[in-house]
Amino acid sequence: MSIISFKQVHFTYPGDELESLCGVDLEIDEGSFVAVLGHNGSGKSTLAKHMNAILTPDSGSVVVDGIDSREEDKVFEIRRRVGMVFQNPDNQLVANVVEDDVAFAPENLGVPSAEIRERVDEALKQVGMYEYRTHAPHLLSGGQKQRVAIAGVIAMRPKIIVLDEPTAMLDPQGRHEVISTVTRLCREGGMTVVLITHHMEECIGADKLVVMSNGYIKAAGKPSEIFSDVEMMAREGLAVPETTKLLYELRHCGYDLPLGELDEKNCAAAIAAAKKQ
Amino acid sequence: MLKDITLGQYFPGDTIVHRLDPRTKLILVVVYIIALFQAKGWVSYAAVTLATALCMILSHIRPKNIFKGLKPMLFIIVLTALLNIFYTEGREIIPGWHMTWEGLARSVQMILRIVLLITGTFLLTYTTSPIALTDGLEMLLSPLKKIKVPVHEMTLMMSMALRFIPTLIEETDKIMSAQKARGADFETGRLIDRAKALLPILVPLFVSAFRRADELAVAMESRCYHGGEGRTRMKTLHFAAHDWIALILGALFLTGLFVMKHYGI
Repeated sequence: MSIISFKQVHFTYPGDELESLCGVDLEIDEGSFVAVLGHNGSGKSTLAKHMNAILTPDSGSVVVDGIDSREEDKVFEIRRRVGMVFQNPDNQLVANVVEDDVAFAPENLGVPSAEIRERVDEALKQVGMYEYRTHAPHLLSGGQKQRVAIAGVIAMRPKIIVLDEPTAMLDPQGRHEVISTVTRLCREGGMTVVLITHHMEECIGADKLVVMSNGYIKAAGKPSEIFSDVEMMAREGLAVPETTKLLYELRHCGYDLPLGELDEKNCAAAIAAAKKQ
Repeated sequence: MLKDITLGQYFPGDTIVHRLDPRTKLILVVVYIIALFQAKGWVSYAAVTLATALCMILSHIRPKNIFKGLKPMLFIIVLTALLNIFYTEGREIIPGWHMTWEGLARSVQMILRIVLLITGTFLLTYTTSPIALTDGLEMLLSPLKKIKVPVHEMTLMMSMALRFIPTLIEETDKIMSAQKARGADFETGRLIDRAKALLPILVPLFVSAFRRADELAVAMESRCYHGGEGRTRMKTLHFAAHDWIALILGALFLTGLFVMKHYGI
């Protein structure tokens, strides 16, 4: 069942001439891991901001867990269901102490004090930052800050968590921390995860991959299918995984190989099998 | 280096003064300041000094730290002292000079008053974390909400400003390095030149601060922030027995000083 559904969504930023979203149709299934890939200015952040009613469509509709985002009095109902994590970890932490920051959202929702404590501890444990609960955020590394930001939204107990380029400002170590945290939240916690990114490697583990360009959805489907369309990816100026690239080149040399093997082991096995023939 | 600066410096500890509720401490500081301004004679000054010393001992704050904080005030202290010596009527110390014994006494009292005033407030900020302080302030001022004073917004702004000081200092550091790399010179030249050289730092800093504010607002909205109404707190403040005792002692202290003032000692 889809928990977020976009129907013919059009959106133009005030003062802009070009449309940022040009008739987007998208279904996001409950409990799935969806990755949105695209270049800067492709409309992927605009798409993300429609998911928790920070932006509302000019025409068309966005329905989140049965609530239309244009119903103004239900904005907070949507936002408590959709947790949003942004690019710059510094600009989304509000408090001087980690646990106070995580408590911010439940405090806003009017949750009783004892339950806030419970939620904060649970959220911090889920992202592996419990030992840092009394630290000052500005002394943490980028990856740690971003995990605190994730804890800050899961303390709302949302159904969906949307991450808008959460790794863009992080080093490889921090990037790995963040991606493995959200993957775990999805696979073990049953949360729906939408990951906006321009790093192709972060999309490999997703259930569904959406490629955006100039406000249009160019392709949507399983990552292995999308990456197999090497020509389309090249046209969009996006990289494909090394395995796909290798298989693609070998195919051009006349070997009969499937392009969808993203895993290195499977890729090697496929090449070995083709060589035997 | 710049990273370690914290405003309203706080020295963590576990003394009775640290454990007091921030509201108690805020009230006591106000009481202390009122009491200090009632002091007229030497006995009352001695009483306030004694009380201050007692609090310092109880809170394990080293006098060194207090003196460090007093340094920037040195100029004002010296100036008030000098003015008082020369401009008070009375018996001259050296005939022909405008220095009087009365003036000397008065300037010593003035110095004491300023030093004690600063020491008292330092004891508050040294023993109370900034968050506890803003929380306490919000709760103390909450009756003002009835007359539409935006207490919650003001205290939230305060705590957020404190949160962003290290971030902005770090940013200033970065911008300074970037401008130095392009040949900017902050160290030499006359005062005016150096002030002008700060412009290429301030402009980018302001631009980025506004951008940050914008992003922060969106992030706060995403986390369902909609003002102080219906908000709960994770950490609630509780008045304990020692808070009541401290407040009673504070009240007695104030009464004592009023009595001393009455007798002019």
